[in-house]
Amino acid sequence: MIITTAILLLVLFVITLTVAAYSTYGERKVAAFLQDRIGPNRAGPFGILQPLADGAKMFMKEDFIPAAANKRLFILGPALAMTTALLTGVVIPWGGELTLFGETFKLQGTDPEIGVLYVFAIASIGVYGIMLGGWASNNKFALLGAVRAAAQMVSYELGLGLSIVALVMLTGTLSMGGIVDYQIQHGWNVIYQPLGFIIFLVCAFAETNRAPFDMPECETELVGGYHTEFSSMKLGFFLFAEYTNMFISSAVIATLYFGGYHVPGLDKLGLDPNIATLIGAASMFAKTFFFIFFFMWVRWSTPRFRFDQLMNLGWKGLIPLGIVNMLITGTVYYLSEFWKG
Amino acid sequence: MLALFYLFAAISVISALIVVSARNPINSVIALIVCFLSIAGHYILLNAQFLAMVHVIVYTGAIMVLFLFVIMLLNLNKATEPMKSLGMRVAAITGGGLLFITLAAAIRHGVSIQSANPFDAGIGLVRSVGHVLFTEFLLPFEVSSVLFLSAIVGVVMLAKKEKHQPNASVEPLTEAERARRTA
Repeated sequence: MIITTAILLLVLFVITLTVAAYSTYGERKVAAFLQDRIGPNRAGPFGILQPLADGAKMFMKEDFIPAAANKRLFILGPALAMTTALLTGVVIPWGGELTLFGETFKLQGTDPEIGVLYVFAIASIGVYGIMLGGWASNNKFALLGAVRAAAQMVSYELGLGLSIVALVMLTGTLSMGGIVDYQIQHGWNVIYQPLGFIIFLVCAFAETNRAPFDMPECETELVGGYHTEFSSMKLGFFLFAEYTNMFISSAVIATLYFGGYHVPGLDKLGLDPNIATLIGAASMFAKTFFFIFFFMWVRWSTPRFRFDQLMNLGWKGLIPLGIVNMLITGTVYYLSEFWKG
Repeated sequence: MLALFYLFAAISVISALIVVSARNPINSVIALIVCFLSIAGHYILLNAQFLAMVHVIVYTGAIMVLFLFVIMLLNLNKATEPMKSLGMRVAAITGGGLLFITLAAAIRHGVSIQSANPFDAGIGLVRSVGHVLFTEFLLPFEVSSVLFLSAIVGVVMLAKKEKHQPNASVEPLTEAERARRTA
């Protein structure tokens, strides 16, 4: 049991890092496509080795720590950002049950009763990497980036939480596996929670610091924001953490609103359970990759918000909408129970 | 399990000591974050998963971020320790000593006390917490939410700019005027 879980977590770790690395390649290709360019095409066929070349470059660069920086926190910042980015993948159900050598196990690290809250808890700790790194740099641009990151993430957690409350009211469980099971029986949550899905998606953009909400590193105003002073692999960790967060957020969106590993009509084909599970896992990754593409698509086609616009949208737009969505969900739920008798 | 308990207990105590002894406020805040995380570990050992996660979200994720936020904005980078007067020190030592005596006495007599109910492993799960909250403790739960609502309204009142008088006089308000505006 422990061994299979350990192997699963190791595989998950490798997949997460690979996807994050190739997201950087994907982002440059998508950007090139949207801007009618070719994009990276020198390292290997179609530039496929570009992420490796980038990684090697990051490691080779001089690792510089500014004299006025708080050295311990300067190192802790990127480490924390990377660690928290990797922690969430454990509770996401990547597939159904797989039977190998007479042993059945689920393609999910663990399914705690409070899986959704765990995702939240890790997301709320995630801001410390950026905050501590930015503050420890002892640079005003980095400090502004760090303060923006803190304000933005605390504000958008509220909208995210309210959209999740409506979802949990609907599914009646906080476990990620349970939410997928509910969707397998009743259909995908995006059908019942379209407004909640939009709120969640917008908040996910803000939580991952992706454009149009990339205020913390807004290069036109803040040079590089919180990572202005970082170089070499410390910078690499911050950038890598952003792509890991994007991958995990996409997987969470796919799990919560798009049925996770559920493929409609697959159970009627009478396939071997193992093959059905693998197809399910593949569909989970396909959904996740679609949302990663969506993140990139938005980044390269939408201009950045101003910080006050971001705050207005969060506090005066998404939070009231989230409360309205919660009220609608509660009313409809009550009425449907009432009519059922 | 017992080893984990001692590990978390040691982390809690040591980080709590660092919180009060660190000279640099940012180190205090980080130690407090570690302390809160280790307390969440204690909750998980007691199978109170819901409490552990809410504790991390609310305290570690929100309140401590605001602490850090304030420290960053005020830029309390340097160790600042205002000197306390002699009277303050005497009062603090006396107060702390009395608290220590009370705690020591309580622990000395408390070890033999048996718990009223046997430990229920399911007590901290979401289902049981929610059930108790919405049946037995419904009234306190609702009253505390009204308390939060009044706090929110108060904050909005304080933060709201008065648009009618952009060049309002800076003279301190009279008591009657203040009462009229807050009403």
